[in-house]
Amino acid sequence: MGQTIIEKILSTHSGQEVYANDIVVAGVDFVMGQDGTSPLAIRAFGEMGGKEVFDREKVAFVIDHSSPSPNEGVSALHKLMREFSRAKGFRLYDIGEGVCHQLVPESGMVGPGCLVIGADSHTCTYGALNAFSTGVGSTDLAAGLISGRMWFKVPGTIKFVLNGVLPPGVFSKDLILHLIGDVTADGATYMSAEYTGDAVSALSVEGRFTIANMAVEMGAKAGLMEADDKTFSWLARYTGRKFEPARADRDAVYAAIKEYDISALEPQVARPHRVDNVCPVGEVAGTPIQQAVIGTCTNGRLEDLGIAADILRGKRINGDVRLIVAPASKRVLLDAMREGIIQDLVEAGAAVVTPGCGPCVGTHNGVPSDGENVISTANRNFKGRMGNSNAFIYLASPATVAASALAGVISDPREFF
Amino acid sequence: MRFFGKAHKFGDDVNTDYIISGKYKFKTLDMKELAKHVMEDLDPDFYKKISGGDFIVAGSNFGCGSSREQAPLAIRNAGISAVLAKSFARIFYRNCINTGLPVVECDTGLIDGGDMIEVDLAGGIILNKTRELEIPVKPLPGVMIKILNDGGLVPHFRKYGGFNLD
Ligand code: SF4
Repeated sequence: MGQTIIEKILSTHSGQEVYANDIVVAGVDFVMGQDGTSPLAIRAFGEMGGKEVFDREKVAFVIDHSSPSPNEGVSALHKLMREFSRAKGFRLYDIGEGVCHQLVPESGMVGPGCLVIGADSHTCTYGALNAFSTGVGSTDLAAGLISGRMWFKVPGTIKFVLNGVLPPGVFSKDLILHLIGDVTADGATYMSAEYTGDAVSALSVEGRFTIANMAVEMGAKAGLMEADDKTFSWLARYTGRKFEPARADRDAVYAAIKEYDISALEPQVARPHRVDNVCPVGEVAGTPIQQAVIGTCTNGRLEDLGIAADILRGKRINGDVRLIVAPASKRVLLDAMREGIIQDLVEAGAAVVTPGCGPCVGTHNGVPSDGENVISTANRNFKGRMGNSNAFIYLASPATVAASALAGVISDPREFF
Repeated sequence: MRFFGKAHKFGDDVNTDYIISGKYKFKTLDMKELAKHVMEDLDPDFYKKISGGDFIVAGSNFGCGSSREQAPLAIRNAGISAVLAKSFARIFYRNCINTGLPVVECDTGLIDGGDMIEVDLAGGIILNKTRELEIPVKPLPGVMIKILNDGGLVPHFRKYGGFNLD
């Protein structure tokens, strides 16, 4: 019987042929924790009787969510992480290195056919590299650190066939927002998503990360793509390691197949306070904004910063808007400096903050005030997400955010393309 | 495991930022402290309204959003005995089982806020005492029952030194 991508990966990692709804205990290729989830995992590790991590090379901690520390409570938790990783002899990415979901792919440890768990819900991002990677909580993280294994229910798969060519000024972020608006926030709960079609092939690997990243916003356990030449040349920049890609069989069984032609897609915006509250930009154009954010694990890569810089170069953002830029990693920041992108953004009025999560999760780096509107390239706009439950968050592509920062109101970026 | 208490009703898609906001959870490992802020963005006084043993009763996709395990821990430390919902987001669901917070999938349309509820986990029965109704429950997968029976994943690992789910 034919298998989906996720059925293939869970079969190779559990040593048996498995299909949707089977329960497996599988070996994992990489385990990641960040500073919001690792401290509880360290506690559970001790309580479980853990001595060493299963493989020092296959484990990493990242300090990215509140980085550098904004207060002494966080500082104590960061210290705990540093001491634990030093004692166990595995890698910790400290402040300034970047967001976990950029650093794990950049590490070269994760690629096609791999199985990865991370104690962060957007771990699904590496699905863009054909890895089954998924978010778990702190106790599962501790179990993974000790045993190098994890139990899974093999999910059914929804296949998204994306055809057509994205129009100028419309990006992978608009595409995934559109899909989430269509299937809703729980439309793929307990399922895996597979994205395929010529629109996916045409995207850069960076653009693909944006789509895989937001699979969890429709409830999915994973968002997977097949590996192609672009995947391998992207990986070759970071590692010489060989991977075994997982391809879906022609006769694989899907829970649903959804086809889209994206040739007429407009820029999309998710309105407060739900990620599936999506509309074309025209419906909210003219809404005043006080803060704009470009960054996060969804859209903080070089391509994203470059798109924003192309719009802002030689101009000044609106005087009533604060623009915050958080590069996804130190490497992204360095590349963006080399290419003059950071210069352009700063001259246009951007405040560049430490590579990491930036203001995404409301711990620091730009908490909005009561009644303010924020437009952001992040993946969540829940009430209170950025640290103030009386603020309103709109989600959009880097182009839409840059165009809006310039105008001071939510704006259609297509006039710049 | 048998519980009796009052239903506190919430809607669909209650996310983990609502259950416990990121601005608190990054600061401390003191779950009693976090518990005071549970559901604060939906109901600022919620913590004060809980009597020990009460239930959170919600619609579909409860616990969507981040992987923070502080969400089930804050709920449990606030004195809630179980969460009943039409469906749960998957990471939250796993986290509940792993940390020993009972979660029950059932038709919560049959429960109003303030109803008195009895939950018998072993028997798989929910009784709405106020409306004199018996509500069918969707059974948990076998692996989850094993982990819950051990008291969560931590005691499971302590007992077996690893996964023992066959
Ligand atoms: S950037 Fe935002 S969504 Fe991504 S890992 Fe950090 S807090 Fe989570």
